[in-house]
Amino acid sequence: MIPAAFTYLRAHTSDEAFAHLQQYGAEARVLAGGQSLIPAMRFRLARPAVLVDINASSDLNVLRVNGNALAVGAIARDSDIERAPWITDRRWSLIRDVSRVVADPVVRQMGTVVGSLCHNDPAGDWTAASLAARAEVTVRGKDGARDVKIDDFLVDSFTTAVGEGEMALGVHFPVADDRTAGAYQKVERKVGDFATAAAAVQLSLNADGTIREAGVALSAAGPCAVRVDEAEQMLRGQRPSAELIRAAGDAASRRSAPQADLRGSVEYKKNLAGVLVVRALRQALSRLGVQA
Amino acid sequence: MKVNVTVNGVAYEREVEARTLLAYFLREECGLTGTHVGCDTSSCGCCVVVLDSDKAVKSCSMFAAQADGHQVLTVEGLANGGTLHPLQQAFWDQHGLQCGYCTPGMLLTSIILLKHNPNPSESDIREGLAGNLCRCTGYQNIVKAVQQAAGTLGVQV
Ligand SMILES: Cc1cc2nc3c(=O)[nH]c(=O)nc-3n(C[C@H](O)[C@H](O)[C@H](O)COP(=O)(O)OP(=O)(O)OC[C@H]3O[C@@H](n4cnc5c(N)ncnc54)[C@H](O)[C@@H]3O)c2cc1C
Ligand code: FES
Ligand code: FES
Repeated sequence: MIPAAFTYLRAHTSDEAFAHLQQYGAEARVLAGGQSLIPAMRFRLARPAVLVDINASSDLNVLRVNGNALAVGAIARDSDIERAPWITDRRWSLIRDVSRVVADPVVRQMGTVVGSLCHNDPAGDWTAASLAARAEVTVRGKDGARDVKIDDFLVDSFTTAVGEGEMALGVHFPVADDRTAGAYQKVERKVGDFATAAAAVQLSLNADGTIREAGVALSAAGPCAVRVDEAEQMLRGQRPSAELIRAAGDAASRRSAPQADLRGSVEYKKNLAGVLVVRALRQALSRLGVQA
Repeated sequence: MKVNVTVNGVAYEREVEARTLLAYFLREECGLTGTHVGCDTSSCGCCVVVLDSDKAVKSCSMFAAQADGHQVLTVEGLANGGTLHPLQQAFWDQHGLQCGYCTPGMLLTSIILLKHNPNPSESDIREGLAGNLCRCTGYQNIVKAVQQAAGTLGVQV
């Protein structure tokens, strides 16, 4: 239960953090909220020789709408999002839903969105939401900062596009128009448990009521969160209907490739993924004033 | 490494290993054993303390080194001499504890809950305390105690 010994370095700026990471390479890990890393170190699943604490890097303490994107810096906490005054605007409803169901309320006061993406747990909540909202992660490397589409960022379980000596600076969620709403539906055994299954959706409507853009993604449905391309294609350009929603749910069940564990069998989880997509689509539509 | 943490207004400067967790720093270095360790794996909320008057954090899942230069509030810092903090008094009045093991974490989590939401509904309180486990009370009286402290007991919010 006691982590292996390490050297602690506190970075006061992201430049300083990056310099430490470049110096120590694979030996070093970023310490953000610590809510995944510290338990992993206590179980000795992780034994970094150097921890670079970014919590004092105030240039990473960003949470604001910046032109056409919501910028979430690497030390913005889940609870900062939950409490942001603009979060009640329906265009942010997916992100708001997620900020209220990740882990438990105490963990959310430390845990960060970016840390969760970098951790890339197969059952993490921010990963699926970022897919549905089409987020991009800014990664700093030797050649400067680059924006990585979330689809390319999530490489495999616990593996991302952040390379050795690199760090993520923040994640950007595109600001959708005001005919946009989303929803996050998660089934968990108890508060603070990872999802048995979870569905993230975001829909933008045209003025005539047809669907202009659809994001549909699942958590706990494979090695990392997955986009349900088939459902997105089905929805785009169509008028919302009960039949369409059911078809999107069926596509999600087909796409889901979960593992059996104490939370449920493969069959159950695949079915649940479809049910949750249906519920999330209905909820997003009802937030847009559409009953389907 | 040397860390300097201000706990309940008192500065504690200690030489510790970087891997020392804040819960053990408080208990073993500062002698403040009111911070309890339940699960030791960030699941139960027994070990919650307040950081910089702003965040409730699980001290079993934070290194003492991270608290270097910061302020920590533990259960020992709540009462003012012989006078209980209003939240402590409310736990007393409402029988919000039995064995008391979870109580420090409940109190400190609630302080931050009330700071950000001074008028919580019953369900706000239940949701806000969802990360804190109690094996004795069945939660009912804990919720009432927080309602009493918020001045919303028996009030429709
Ligand atoms: C009791 C409990 C329940 C939980 N339940 C859930 C849940 O239901 N759903 C869920 O999604 N999560 C859950 N979590 C995980 C939690 O949300 C974590 O906060 C989150 O996964 C990681 O964020 P962090 O800021 O704490 O990152 P850390 O733990 O600090 O870091 C996680 C990993 O990412 C790396 N990293 C962090 N930031 C960066 C960066 N900027 N650049 C490069 N690498 C970086 C770290 O080196 C580490 O490898 C739970 C945690 C606990 C303790
Ligand atoms: S002892 Fe820290 S959460 Fe249980
Ligand atoms: S009073 Fe005994 S665990 Fe809560």
